Amino acid sequence: MPDDSIARRDFLKGASAASASVALLSVPQTTPAKAADGPGAVKPQDSNPPAQAQGWLTLTMDEVAFFSAVADSMIPADELSPSGTDCGIPVFIDRQLASAWGAGAKMYRSGPFHQGLPEQGYQLSLTPREFFAVGVRATNDWSRHSYGKEFDRLGPAERIAVLKSMEDGSAEIVNIDSKGFFQRLLAITMEGFFSDPLYGGNRNKASWRMLGFPGLPATYADKIDQYRNKRYVAEPQSIADFS
Amino acid sequence: MTVKLKEVDAVVIGMGWAGAILARELTLAGLTVVGLERGPDRRPAEDFALPSIRDELRYQQRLELMSDNSIDTITFRNRPDQLALPIRRWGAFLPGEGVGGTGNHWNAMHWRFLPDDFRLRTSLTERYGVNSTPATMTIQDWPLTYDELEPYYDRFDKICGVSGKAGNLKGRKIDGGNVFEGARSNEYPNRPVAASEGGLMFGAAASSLGYHPFPAPFSAASVAYKNLYGVTMGACEACGFCDRTACEANAKASAVTTIMPALRQESKFELRTRVFASKLIYDRAARRVTGVLYTDLKTGTEYEQPANLVVLSAFVFTNTHMLLHSGIGQPYEHPTGKGVVGKNYCYQFEAGAAALFPDKELNPYMGSPGGARMIDDFNGPNFDHTGLGFFGGGYLTAISGASPPIGGRFLPPGTPAWGSQWKRETVNWYYHSVRFNTQGSVYAHRDNYMDFDPVYKDALGRPLLRLTYNATDNDHAMSRYLLSKLEGIIKAMGPSHYEMRPRPKNFSVVPYQSTHNTGGTIMGSNSRNSVVNRYLQVWDAHNLFVMGASTYPQQPGYNPTGTLGALALWSADKIRKDYLKNPGPLVHA
Repeated sequence: MPDDSIARRDFLKGASAASASVALLSVPQTTPAKAADGPGAVKPQDSNPPAQAQGWLTLTMDEVAFFSAVADSMIPADELSPSGTDCGIPVFIDRQLASAWGAGAKMYRSGPFHQGLPEQGYQLSLTPREFFAVGVRATNDWSRHSYGKEFDRLGPAERIAVLKSMEDGSAEIVNIDSKGFFQRLLAITMEGFFSDPLYGGNRNKASWRMLGFPGLPATYADKIDQYRNKRYVAEPQSIADFS
Repeated sequence: MTVKLKEVDAVVIGMGWAGAILARELTLAGLTVVGLERGPDRRPAEDFALPSIRDELRYQQRLELMSDNSIDTITFRNRPDQLALPIRRWGAFLPGEGVGGTGNHWNAMHWRFLPDDFRLRTSLTERYGVNSTPATMTIQDWPLTYDELEPYYDRFDKICGVSGKAGNLKGRKIDGGNVFEGARSNEYPNRPVAASEGGLMFGAAASSLGYHPFPAPFSAASVAYKNLYGVTMGACEACGFCDRTACEANAKASAVTTIMPALRQESKFELRTRVFASKLIYDRAARRVTGVLYTDLKTGTEYEQPANLVVLSAFVFTNTHMLLHSGIGQPYEHPTGKGVVGKNYCYQFEAGAAALFPDKELNPYMGSPGGARMIDDFNGPNFDHTGLGFFGGGYLTAISGASPPIGGRFLPPGTPAWGSQWKRETVNWYYHSVRFNTQGSVYAHRDNYMDFDPVYKDALGRPLLRLTYNATDNDHAMSRYLLSKLEGIIKAMGPSHYEMRPRPKNFSVVPYQSTHNTGGTIMGSNSRNSVVNRYLQVWDAHNLFVMGASTYPQQPGYNPTGTLGALALWSADKIRKDYLKNPGPLVHA
């Protein structure tokens, strides 16, 4: 076991460095869009370091590795978009779980707590931050037990098999509703992929470019008839572009 | 230690649509009015400004404008024999908070109910016989008619700058409008907004089947408009961010865009925000309330605000809860069916569909809810129910606008939800989907009601309101029928794929369905069948008026807000004309 954990620490350091170096090649999400004319436009790095290099608000390195592996399985790199990690999804999840929402703001948290029926919705005392902490640890424990290593250290095909078994509920993770955990993992990953880049995901508006979603300008009263049954194409613009 | 304040003429609890209307109308009558609002003030120029307002994650996913469940929520169970548990974060419905209330983030579907909706029990008896409805269906006539309310519908149209096309002008039917609607005294204030392509496809298919499509009645100005209170509204930009979000253009009608600008100039009005009204002080012997207790959430101080007149105009749950907590009116007892406070809870029965059209370019982020087309051929009184096994109905529509990237993607059934293939399909289909909805009525059932929860408490230590609700057999049969008609239209539109989405048997608080909750403080002809009379005056406290959809005896197949605004204006008019001169019961029964 000691050897294994040393190996794992090294691995995590490596994963962290790799993701940081990939980030250096991306357009920092704080770059004003007026200067960035589309994909591939690269700004000088010295005054504008990428988000990953600045550390993590709340995620542990194990969690970073886990969420990165999930993001890259759900959103693999291909001709349509960079990988989930390169789109900044772990950064997005870190910021969301460190936010007021992640800490359970506006959530009724008084007991008594009962399991309840599915129709009665979420009934745990855990905040989203706590819920994901529990879920990641339990999934890695289960992965170690079933495959001999943590989820992030599985090969691409094994990761997909694990995620599918969670999605259909056949993964028997101790003390976790694997189906419910999977749905929340999928939801937060997709939120990171598709939300405004302001939150750290969707770097360089990768998903908006992929979809053809123009983002904010959104004054279409004069364009509906003009673009009837004709695709409207525009360079996507985000909140930062107007701030 | 409760601080007792100086008496004012009127206190309004909840500064959403109805509260703002009453505050405006009562100050115009010369009264001093204090408005109490649990949430923050909401000022469009500051709070709803570009670019921050166009943020799908913040507003549509994280529910920025919704009320705070940590302060106050409700508990829920499907059946009376189950343990109710708290709704810890909103899901199925999304009550708003702050000045403007739920009216800030609505989709602005601005309907009138049909003349026969107001005489439901009578019209069903006339058409189908005395024993046609099951004994468990606790419907009743409204204590006012469409014709009485029409002038106030008209006034509310002119406050909101509603865009649409009349289908019944003073009894004359007009093709292209809703030919089923009750007679309108005037055309809509503004012409319809531009139709979405999906809406036009729906309209053409509906016409080919012999139905009567028309543009959505949309509570937003299609061109700049000066309203009844002298407030200028902007023109709708068709930005696609209506749903769960507030309007940056001051075009979508809400209390903050159409009434508050005038009210903020009014010296007789005082707004107090972030104050939590906890109880009405009730003088049972005198059959009146003497004031309102509230806690200032900014300081923790509790105040008593004495008032001559109290308007309770919060959301359905809060209105009902406040009466229960204040000991006003007879609480509904489920085992016996006696009592009225908490009775006849109804929840709009919406069910949808989605379809894909690979040959159409639909620019899914473009447009407003007003670009939709709909048909009313299958709303409650508009078709013969003989032999169908249910009563009620609703309108059918192809939804317009509001397909932002997180929540607005639809793929062919069976497509993976993630991975390479998911990504390819998402790109293939994003521009080609149309979503549909059926807006079904709900005819009250004796098992659906609200009372006190025995276990859970709110932030002030009061017992939470407990909701006992499930969809009924009538609801499901009604909805299946509407979906079968909708499926016929969708097929006629020629999609490559489509998916009908019937509601599951049991209602769940998890997925969003509708924020149209009604009942709990219903109106009626006497104090045995209702909490308020036809002027929304509480039978047991003549200086207390309850506003909003909590007063609907049951729910027609339309969005509730158009009628909510008209009723507030109708009640305000009666208060101004008669009640202030001669305070006392306005109806003797």
